[in-house]
Amino acid sequence: MRVTLLVQAATEPNCYSRLTNEWICGQYVVDRKDEIVDATVEHILITVAAVALGVLIAFPLALIARRYPRLESGILGVSTGIYTIPSLALFPLLLPFTGLSPTTVVAGLALYALTILVRSMLEGFRAVPDEVRESAAGLGYGATRMLFRVELPLALPVIMAGLRVATVSTVALTTVGSLVSYGGLGNLIKDGVETNFRAELFTAAVLCVALAVVLDVIVVLTQRAMTPWTRGATT
Amino acid sequence: MNLFSDTWDFLTDPANWQGPGGMLELLVQQLLLSLTALALAVLVGLPLALWLGHVGRGGFLAINISNVGRAIPTFALLAILVTADFPGTQEFGPYGRAGLATLIALTLFALPPIITNGYVAIREVPDDVKQSAVGMGMTAAQRFFRVELPLGLPLIMSGVRLALVQVWATATIAAMVAGPGLGRVITDGFFRSDYPKGIAGAIVVAIVALVLELLTAGLQRGVDPTRRGTVRRADARTEQPVGS
Repeated sequence: MRVTLLVQAATEPNCYSRLTNEWICGQYVVDRKDEIVDATVEHILITVAAVALGVLIAFPLALIARRYPRLESGILGVSTGIYTIPSLALFPLLLPFTGLSPTTVVAGLALYALTILVRSMLEGFRAVPDEVRESAAGLGYGATRMLFRVELPLALPVIMAGLRVATVSTVALTTVGSLVSYGGLGNLIKDGVETNFRAELFTAAVLCVALAVVLDVIVVLTQRAMTPWTRGATT
Repeated sequence: MNLFSDTWDFLTDPANWQGPGGMLELLVQQLLLSLTALALAVLVGLPLALWLGHVGRGGFLAINISNVGRAIPTFALLAILVTADFPGTQEFGPYGRAGLATLIALTLFALPPIITNGYVAIREVPDDVKQSAVGMGMTAAQRFFRVELPLGLPLIMSGVRLALVQVWATATIAAMVAGPGLGRVITDGFFRSDYPKGIAGAIVVAIVALVLELLTAGLQRGVDPTRRGTVRRADARTEQPVGS
């Protein structure tokens, strides 16, 4: 009996066994590599889908709010109201419509991203100087061409700042999706809490923060590539 | 439509509200938790932020603390605190199971919006106003209390409001790691596939969140000294959303 116990202890990974239960454990990452990669991929997919959906809805909303000032306070009021609802409560509220699916998480997170994005888009458009608009009109720019060739590029730095905030907070909020079992790395955190598995939950938490930083850097680099004229002016 | 009527039945059944572990008790518990954490964060963070804004130092830290706070998942921090040897899941006074861990996490997540907005509020008081105050012979303390603080108040208040939204959201998530509060109704409902219960909990949490938001919006309007003036700042609420 004692021999088998010893053998078990010897073969069991030392840093994430029940007895040691260390926070940082390289062996865990090696042994559960597939699981961790799957969770990370799911996390990225949910985040990117949510932010993309948020941008797609926010853009027309911002244009409507700008065109009809009367609707502006309504659009901002409703989106701020949604933003006030905790994520853990928003997912259940969407459940009757989207079920226990990744759609629930993506739709909920898109609603949060939307609030940030509509605000930053309106702010960005407002920052475009009137003289520039008049010059463009004088050069014969129509409304659509003015929007895409003049206003949007000039508003881009402010909009991208909003996109950074939306992306980083979406990465963090995706973890709450583990309520409906689609939380990416959040699923590992949830499992880690339930089974008192420190290495699992700590690794997932660190990966989450790292993912936020990486996506933030990607947004910044994209902005730099899209707005080459801002490079000389600001450091 | 079964889900809707079942949810309604759950909400209208007094048995679900009363008694130990009833929604009323959990609601009071979560309100108590949120307000305690908010008070702690205001007590610690606000003096620091206002002082930094007054002397114009530490701006990098004051601004970036919000970015850092946004990147850290509230769920992850709660999970780590609860799983650690300390504070763990131990009971803590009226705050219930894992009360201390929850309180620490809530306070930490309430700090960033309070510090960032407090700093910006004092820092962004127009220079000509500050110079006029100096020209009138005001001391540094007078300038702070009579000029900078009243003018910065709306923005400071919006920071506190954001912190409250954040705290309420985090307090809800605490239930996912065995913490106290109303979130437990939601997680319990989902854990047992009792979705009407989960949705009912979510409705109560969402309604309280909206009520808190409206109450504090009214409060903020009340303290705005420029409200009745002819010159209005374009947008006194520079929104700095944080994760919820």
